[in-house]
Formats: sequence, C-alpha cells, structure tokens
Amino acid sequence: MTPQAAPAAAGPPLIEVRDLVKTFGPVVALAGVSLTVLAGEVHCLLGDNGAGKSTLIKILSGVHRPTAGDFLVEGARVDFASPRDALDRGIATVYQDLAMIPLLSITRNFFMGREPVRQRLGPFSFMDTAHADRVAREEMRRIGIDVRDPQQAVGTLSGGERQCVAIARAVYFGAKVLILDEPTSALGVAQTSVVLKFVRQVRQKGVGVIFITHNVRHAYAVGDRFTVLNRGRTLGTFAKSEIKVDQLQTMMAGDKELQELSDELGGTV
Amino acid sequence: MAESSVVVPGQDERLRRQSGLRRLLSRPDLGALAGTVFVFAFFAVAARGTGMFQADGVLNWSTVSGYLMVIAVGAALLMIAGEFDLSVGSMIGFAGMMIALPTVAFHWPVGLSVLFAFGGALLIGFLNGLVVIRTGLPSFIVTLASLYILRGLTIALSILFTNRTIVVGVKDAAEGSLVAFLFSGTVGDPVFSWLADHDVIGRLPNGDPSVRGVPMVIVWALVIAAAGHVVLSKTKLGNWIFASGGDANAARNLGVPVGVVKVSLFMLTAFCATVFAACQVFEFGSASSDRGLLKEFEAIIAAVIGGCLLTGGYGSVIGACLGALIFGVVQMGILFTGVPNDWFRVFLGGMLLIAVLFNNLIRRRVVSGR
Repeated sequence: MTPQAAPAAAGPPLIEVRDLVKTFGPVVALAGVSLTVLAGEVHCLLGDNGAGKSTLIKILSGVHRPTAGDFLVEGARVDFASPRDALDRGIATVYQDLAMIPLLSITRNFFMGREPVRQRLGPFSFMDTAHADRVAREEMRRIGIDVRDPQQAVGTLSGGERQCVAIARAVYFGAKVLILDEPTSALGVAQTSVVLKFVRQVRQKGVGVIFITHNVRHAYAVGDRFTVLNRGRTLGTFAKSEIKVDQLQTMMAGDKELQELSDELGGTV
Repeated sequence: MAESSVVVPGQDERLRRQSGLRRLLSRPDLGALAGTVFVFAFFAVAARGTGMFQADGVLNWSTVSGYLMVIAVGAALLMIAGEFDLSVGSMIGFAGMMIALPTVAFHWPVGLSVLFAFGGALLIGFLNGLVVIRTGLPSFIVTLASLYILRGLTIALSILFTNRTIVVGVKDAAEGSLVAFLFSGTVGDPVFSWLADHDVIGRLPNGDPSVRGVPMVIVWALVIAAAGHVVLSKTKLGNWIFASGGDANAARNLGVPVGVVKVSLFMLTAFCATVFAACQVFEFGSASSDRGLLKEFEAIIAAVIGGCLLTGGYGSVIGACLGALIFGVVQMGILFTGVPNDWFRVFLGGMLLIAVLFNNLIRRRVVSGR
C-alpha cells in the first residue's frame, strides 16, 4: 500500500518542533516532544489523558510558551506571545466546545473577531452584513449544510455541524495549520462521520491538520501519520502504511494491563 | 450542490416566508412589542376621559419613560454583554451631587461641574468594570458594593460640605447656561405654539401652550437609544457585545477583547446614570442624596421586559426602550385612572414574571430552531 500521505514535497514543514520541554513549577508536562506537520496531511496526535496532548497544542496555538526546545513555522523560529500571534502565522485551533456561541447567528459566529467592515464612523465600524451573510451561506453549502437562513442561531445546528462550521471558518480565514482538539469526542456516529469527511476535504486544499483524539479508530479513518504521546514524550511518528490500528491502540495504552482489558472487552475500547 | 440554491421559485419563496416569520418570532423584542400594544389598549379604555392621552398627559408619561429609557439602554447593553450594574441608582444620586456640590458649595461654573460629574462617573464605571474583569467576581456582588459605597458617599459628602442632604440653588447658578438648556430645556417650542394656535393642543390658564416643547430628557433618551441600537445591531462592537455575553471564553479564543468591551459598557451605564442625574438636577434645580433610589432595578426590569436574557448574549435595545415605555405608561396610567399606586408594583412584578417566562420560551425556540 502506498502511503496516502503525499504531502507537498517542496518547502519546509508547516510546523516543526524539536525536543520541546514544558514545565509548570515542579510538574514536567512535556519532557522532549518532536513533531513535524506537512502541508496536506492529517497528522493525528494520540495519547491517553495526561500524556501531554493539551500542553503541546497549547504551545502550538500560542497559549503557553515552551520552557525549552525549538519551534519552527515554515522553517522560521517563532515565539508566540498570544493565540493572536499563532493565528497571524496561520495556525488556527478549533476547540472541542469553546468554538461557537449558540444564541448568536451563524453569520455572527462565522465572522466573530474578524467582522467585515463596510464603513467606519469614529470608533464604530459598521459590519457588511450582506457580504457576511452571503459568505456564510456559501461556505455552509460547501460543507453540505443547507442553511435556510444564515441569521439562524448556531444553537439550531447539530454538534457535528457546529464543528464543521468552526473548521470552515478557520479555513476561510486562511489557516495553514488546523489544530482540532478532540473534534469527535462529544459526537454520535453519524455526526462523527460528517466531521471526519470534512477533515479529509480540508486536507485536500493543502491545509495541514493536527487531529487530537484518544479514539484510535477515528484517527485511523482520516490520519496520514500518527504521533503517539506518553507521559510527556513522543513514542514515535508512523505513516499509515507502517502501522495497524491495534498496534496504535497498544502503544497508546502504553500499559499491558489496559491492553488485556481492552482485548477482554473485544477490542471495542 | 447548486440544487439547494436554484430551486423552483415558488418553493424558494415559501421557504423565505417561513424563515421571515420564524425570524420575527425569535426576535428578542417581540414580547415587549406585544406588551406595549396591550398596555396602550388597556389604558386607552381604562383611562379614557382622564387626559392621559391629551398633550400634557402624553408629556407626563413620556417624560417618565424617557428618564427610564436613558438608563435602560445602558443596562440592556451591559446585560447583553453578560454583566449587571446595580450601582446605577446610587450613581444617579452621586452624579447629581457631583454637579450640585461644586456649583453651590465651591461656586464652580456650572458647566465645569457637569464635566466633572461626567468625568467622575466614567472613572467610577471604569473601576467597577476593572474590578469585575480582574477578579472574575460576579458583577452582581461588585456593583452591590458600589451601590452602598456611592449612596453612603452621596449622603456623607453633602452633609460634610453643606450640612444638609438636599443641595438647592443649582437653578440660579445655571440660569441661562448652555448645560441648563442641554439637560432641562425643550426643543420644538414653535411647533407646539403653532399647535396651540390651531387648537390641536390646549392652553394653560396663563395662555402658554399646555406643552412648551419636547423636554431634553426625551431627546437624550431617543439619541442614546438610537445610537445603542445601531451599535448593537450594525457594528463590530455590537457583535463583540453579543459574544462577550454569549460565551466570554469562546469570544476570547476568537480574538474578541472581552475585557475592554465589558469595561466600556460599565462606563456607559455610569454615563447614562449621569445624563439621568443631570436632567433631574437641572429640572428640579437641586440635588438630593436619595435620588435614583431603586432605579437600578427599574432599568434592569425594563431591559428584561424588553427581552434581554439575564444570562447575557441575547436581547435588544429597542426592546429595552419599549420596556421603559411600558413602565412609564403603566406608572402614570395608574395615577390617571385613580387606582391606588400600590397596584403599580403588583402589576410590575407580574409583568416581570411574565416577561422572564416568555424570554425563556423564546430562548429555547431560538436554540432549537422551531
């Protein structure tokens, strides 16, 4: 089987981190993590709770600063002071449940923080509502969500659709790297496949996707490469052709007993 | 893919109509609109022949509504951003003193006193907001503290400097000044003279038209309301206000400066309270340390009747204005009809309860899309 990952050969990786260390006082959250993300790949970040996934993505998205190690974006060393800096370099993070405001309209959510301005009057910038509605409707249609009215509240969409809107928004605003934090953990089966399908679609545009999950099956369904974290360290990065689902599962569990338990349960965990 | 957009024209129109109706039904101010119609219909019958809907009667309740509207707009915007300001009433008393004390006790030019009052109020609003944002404490508690601090300061300072709790003499000091006109003058006087000449409105015994003009407080109310409505519904800042109240964390993640938005709105409520206070001080010619008592609740009630959710993220300025209108019409209407004034509170409490229940229903409809 040829690797599905056929990332753009030329140019440095979108993101490269080497031996990243992060300590919070006496707690060592990351003890040397290395990772590269290429354009047009879905890179799955796997690990159990406490493995350091959250800390790693918080560093990548500019929330935390690393204690030591190298962090390069498109070959250039970066030092993000805030999530805004990361966004400016094209790194967008879609959080599991902090992405959408249910009472607000799809349009208002879509353009939140980046409202299109039609005219300025003193301190007030008037929004170009017509343009915003049009774009929101178009982008929704592209995902396959038929919105009757982009003024309808986001609360009317299903969980999977909301995730898709959040992803579409990040891509629309020029994300080169998309960090998806457990995008499927709160979703049912049908909703999950909606999101996974859309992730694959996004990848085809050349966006690098970091997909964080502890569901190996979801990861294997869309991933090109897999990096497993355990206790703040990377256990390695594997292309899809190099590794099977159950091997990933074993590695992620990192614990014989859990693996045995999982086998006892028929490998459904 | 294009199928969903290029449909049979007839069907497309049907969808649009449906969505238009749904949009109307999920408007936050729908309940307040219905309430306004009901209240006017009720008093058109109950208060017929009492002069409530003659020119001076209209002036009467629209002035009461105008006063409340000034602070209700600020309260509504702040509530939509997810915060409360319970210090509005005390701020009215304190701002009145900030105008009257320097003018009367220290003989400052009255214009300077007014500037001082606005500056002081904005600073207090800023501090309210800063404490709320920095500590993350509920604004309910923080501004409850300000409520007591400001009320106490108002009484203490007026006794300290003038040895009484009512400071009179502002009218003489302000005679003919620009600020006196700005806060207690009237506009459109020639129109009302003309109306009196043509017997559209009545005359007072001394020959003046029964209404001299539109009081400035109503002008302030309309200007503040119009500005608030435009900012909330048409501008970037309005989007940020909704976002800050809808989900402050999500808003922050998307780059919305939630802290700045909230602090500015605390400054806005203080500004509105000062406009209220200035209109009152120049209308009565005095400041009194008990001015504005309970006004914070009236402002919040008007906002809630107008469809603002107590939890933030949803509401409208127009609704809050209608809430203030309902408030003024009922309060004065009950006087006109001769019903004991106690019934006003009963009605108000009932109205508030109905509004909250109704809002809850609307919120559920908005989120479920039905």
